[in-house]
Amino acid sequence: MKAKDTKIWIAHLAVLAALGVLLAVLPAYHATNLARILTLAVFATGYNLAFGYTGLLSLGHALFFAAGVYGAALPVTYWGLSPLPAIALGCLAGGGLATLVGLLALRTAGVSFMIVTLMFAQAGYLTLLYFGQITGGDEGLVMPDATALIPGLSPDTARAVIAFTLFAIALLVSLIVIRSRLGRVMVAMRENEERSRMLGYNPFTVKLSALVLSGLFAGAAGAGYALLFGYAGASFATIQYSILPMLYVLMGGAGTTLGPLLGTAAMFYLVDGAARITTATLLVVGVALVLLILFAPKGILGTLRERGARWIP
Amino acid sequence: MKKDLLVPSRRSVLKGMGAGIVASAFPGYTWAQSSAPIKLGFQLHRTGIGAAYGRWYERTAQAALKGVNDAGGIGGRPVEILFEDDATDPKRGAEVVEKLANDGCDLIFGPLFSHVVIGSAPRAGELKIPYLVCSEGYHVASGMLNRWTLQPGITDVRSQVSSMAPWVAANLGKKVTMVYPDYAFGYDHRDFFTEAIKAQGGEVIAQIAIPPTETTFTRYLPQIPAETEVLYHVMVGPAVLTFVKELGDFYGSGARPQIFGFIDSLEAVDTASPGLEFLEGTYFWEAMNRVKQDGQSDHEAAYRAAVGVDDNGASVTDAADVSTYSHMFSVWETLHTIKAGMEAAGYQSTADRQKFVEALEAMTTMPEGPGNPQGDKLFNGKTHQVFGHQNISQVTGGKLMRVHRTSIEDGQYADAVDYTTMSF
Repeated sequence: MKAKDTKIWIAHLAVLAALGVLLAVLPAYHATNLARILTLAVFATGYNLAFGYTGLLSLGHALFFAAGVYGAALPVTYWGLSPLPAIALGCLAGGGLATLVGLLALRTAGVSFMIVTLMFAQAGYLTLLYFGQITGGDEGLVMPDATALIPGLSPDTARAVIAFTLFAIALLVSLIVIRSRLGRVMVAMRENEERSRMLGYNPFTVKLSALVLSGLFAGAAGAGYALLFGYAGASFATIQYSILPMLYVLMGGAGTTLGPLLGTAAMFYLVDGAARITTATLLVVGVALVLLILFAPKGILGTLRERGARWIP
Repeated sequence: MKKDLLVPSRRSVLKGMGAGIVASAFPGYTWAQSSAPIKLGFQLHRTGIGAAYGRWYERTAQAALKGVNDAGGIGGRPVEILFEDDATDPKRGAEVVEKLANDGCDLIFGPLFSHVVIGSAPRAGELKIPYLVCSEGYHVASGMLNRWTLQPGITDVRSQVSSMAPWVAANLGKKVTMVYPDYAFGYDHRDFFTEAIKAQGGEVIAQIAIPPTETTFTRYLPQIPAETEVLYHVMVGPAVLTFVKELGDFYGSGARPQIFGFIDSLEAVDTASPGLEFLEGTYFWEAMNRVKQDGQSDHEAAYRAAVGVDDNGASVTDAADVSTYSHMFSVWETLHTIKAGMEAAGYQSTADRQKFVEALEAMTTMPEGPGNPQGDKLFNGKTHQVFGHQNISQVTGGKLMRVHRTSIEDGQYADAVDYTTMSF
């Protein structure tokens, strides 16, 4: 292993270790917030694979997140499935739906791709409302008591363990993928699709792989979020949940492995802090993004990488 | 004699001893009674789709808070409310519950929208913090939530809808066509009204569900059967204005069925707005009459003045700012119930939260009074749900005038849950 590789692995493992320590030592309130952030960061990490590395600007990721929410929530509600296998099912539901959407939507590119994915997500949202008797529709479903998450563990501990595990897997898989052959081709597609095609790579399969991976991450995050925080509802399929991961990624740094985590945490505390000061929380978020685009268009980590820390993956 | 500061006089020694004896006679009162303010968290729809309601919920909460504090607070302690915006979003709602609990609030109250309540209640239950909702959703009494979630300030939609059926069947007609939004709120109306009108010997002859994305309704109106005697509508949001106008165009000046709707469609909307002329002569459910009625009670008059609503149901400072009068009273009544519950439980600190919930569960009748200006109520401790009187109003000269007030019994139904058997 080269020195640079070692450095990258050590950095990522150190971040994970620090998160583990934080979860253990933070007061319950902040530890729960961190569990939320980690779960949402899984979503953002997945989005980053499609958008940050492959250049697929999707406006339909809420669909994959909601597929995860309901892929886990429905079997738990109606068949009494235990939470951990339910998360696996949610993950598969997200990936499955991403495959279907990808097969159709990837026939388009650019603005058309954005619109087609947006339409699919909207159709998904309306489907959840249409089958309201089963899905709970706009009101949603209450998930079982969090004491059932991991038998023997307190809800707070179980939440921390599951959120940490999901994020650790997401981060490491993302790191392995982007450092693999596939990851390099993904970046090539983002930079110059025609040239990559000329070199013999099939853009469709590469982009589909990225989208499916991204969907698996979104599904896992959705399933985790529903079960850890006790609620599944159609609101998770609204456009807001397609925009959120994009904002997280833009803020943290698109095309950086740790950017999504950083962006999610920054955005979470920005909204949380702004809510106490003003009703215009979205304005605060908007201003933050405008400033970011003016002064650090590549996000926090992207800018750091540009200004010296070139090893950041 | 020069007074020596270090040698106390006989008088001061006697005074000190006296104070000591008095203090020791009331040990609990002197030492355990905290004078720190009671801190209530308010989960507020300040932004998002619930903002029109949120604005009035906040004003009502402030007015009720002032009244409670002017009257000596709760158990002699001052009360403060910490408002936190939930953006009318269930995800943010759960975060807000957590934040308010972390800020040391004794309890949380105030949310209206069902999805926010359902998204937040599990977290409140886990944190073991009383969560008092002002939502009118059937989610509390249906048994969906938990022991820490209660609705003591407003009758739920199942009861509201059921209590309308006797009067509708007796006065408007027995063949009903329902037009409702195609999601959960609409289904509550569809299911419970269909059942209730059947019990009155009537029937729902057509159910027309309108998808939430619809902006025009002309293609649905021909589906209303010609033999319809009563058209029951519960459209929500800005679409209601288009709906009413198109309904007017559809029937023209010819014969039309009787029309009955839920004021939820027109909360915060002036019934005399241009385009709503067709509503003249039609009927609405109102929990509390926004227009001042003859014989308004003194309690209601005091409430109306305190929350700053004029005789037409709008803000006293801006006639265009129409209140959400049929819902916001629940905030006022909930705060007064909190006071009654905390005082009954001898509430001292967050360690007494369970005692507070038990005190609420033990409540039954709530007489009409300054704390219950909407009317007397019956609280069901098992289902955690309150039941009150409802009103039916007719639009007369652009104003909603009461034609009927239901009894509490009209809205009663069999218990679906007994929360008191669940663990805390």
